[in-house]
Parts: sequence; C-alpha cells; structure tokens
Amino acid sequence: MRNTKYDKICDLHKAKESRLKNSLLAFISGGFIGFLGELMIEAFCMYLNMSRSDSSTLMIVVFIFLASLFTALGFFDNLVSYFRCGLIIPITGFAHSMTSSSLDYKNEGPIYGIGSNMFKLAGSVIIYGVVAAWFFGMIRYLIGGIG
Amino acid sequence: MYLINSFLFCGLLCLIAQIILDNTKLTAGHITSIFVVIGAFLDTFSIYDKIIKIVGGGALLPITSFGHSLIHGALLKAESCGFMGIFMGMFDLTATGIACAIIFSFLFTLIFKPRN
Repeated sequence: MRNTKYDKICDLHKAKESRLKNSLLAFISGGFIGFLGELMIEAFCMYLNMSRSDSSTLMIVVFIFLASLFTALGFFDNLVSYFRCGLIIPITGFAHSMTSSSLDYKNEGPIYGIGSNMFKLAGSVIIYGVVAAWFFGMIRYLIGGIG
Repeated sequence: MYLINSFLFCGLLCLIAQIILDNTKLTAGHITSIFVVIGAFLDTFSIYDKIIKIVGGGALLPITSFGHSLIHGALLKAESCGFMGIFMGMFDLTATGIACAIIFSFLFTLIFKPRN
C-alpha cells in the first residue's frame, strides 16, 4: 500500500523527457553512424584498393578505436547520455562500455581493477551471443543438413 | 543506394531500441543482449546475410551483426569440420572486434586518467 503511494509520488516528480525527441535523436544519430560506416567502406575500397570484406573489418576497427579514444578523453559519456540508443546499439556502445568500466576501476590495480572489471557491462553481450549462437547453430546443424 | 539504406536500417534499429528503452523498465544492458540474440536468430536461416547484401555497411555496425558473425563463423566451420566446428569457428569472424576492443581499452586505460 505504502509502496504504491510512494511510486505515485515518485512518478509525479520525475523529470519528464520527451519520448518523441529521444526517439528522433536516436534515429538520426544511429542512421548517421550507419551512413558514416558505409562511406568509410567505400572510401577504403576506392583509395586503399582493399576488398569489400577487408575494408568492412577495418571500418569496425576504426569505429572501436574512435569510441575508446573519445571515452578515455571524457566527452563520449555526455554524447551517450544525450543520444542514448543511437550510440549504444552500434558497435561504439560495446567499446564505450568496456573502456568506461575499466577506467572506473583503474585505481583498484591492474589485476583486480582493470583485468576483472573490463567485461563488467560488455560480458553479457558476449555470453548471450555465444549461448544463442550455439543454440541456434545446433538447431541449424540438426535440421538444416549441413556438414 | 547503399548509403541511404545504411542510414535507414541503422537508424531504424536504434529507433526500436530507444522506444523499448523509453516505454519499458529494461535497461541498455538488457536491450543489447536481446539484440544480439535476435541477430543470431536471424542468421540461423541466412536472413541476415540477405539484409547485409541489400543494406551494405549499415548492417555491419549495429550489435545484431555481432550475433550474426558468431553463428555465421560457427556454421561455416561446421561445414568442414562437422559437429565440433560449431565450437571451433564461433569466434572466427568476431575475433577482430573483440581483440581490438580489449587492446584499445587497455591501452587507453593505462594512458588516460578517469574523470567524472
């Protein structure tokens, strides 16, 4: 009883955010990152004479590098809290979560700080990805008739 | 054409994620995990491969592509090595991304100081 009352009061005083504005920002920033990625692939293909698969790998490396660097420089956190899912869903969010969690625990030492906390947020992505890939791969292997 | 498709596809995924984030109690960690599972599911019957052919680079950037590469590598290896190939080939395609993320985060953590 008391909890529901408390929740109601909490809801009243929460800062209101415009959902439409949030979604629009996420759409535009996420789309811009996708656009930039495709532009980068075509530029690598044209100027460095790489194959399309090589240049897409290089594109992902560049994005991870930039996201880690900007997180370490300190201003990527503000961008993420402004654009939200527009930067969390692309691979930049993965690099951002790893760099920020290892920076946060840096003062606890190299092993128990950086080493054991780097995958604090990104670990769930890898674990559920591997489990899901194994599960669906087994299904495909058993019924799909490969191998 | 790839450029416009990339913009639309990547933006659409971010839009869906933002709508889920705003209207439910799920956090960003839940949503990225769900998206990885969706990506792995879509590639079980090669749907994501077709999306990549249509969209181009924009489909390689969202986190769904991570699940796609995990299962894609596993199935490619399973073709040549049989059952054990699912385990052997799991990280074949994503190895670059994971290794780069670990190395860059480690180096930048050593160089820079945390700030709030």
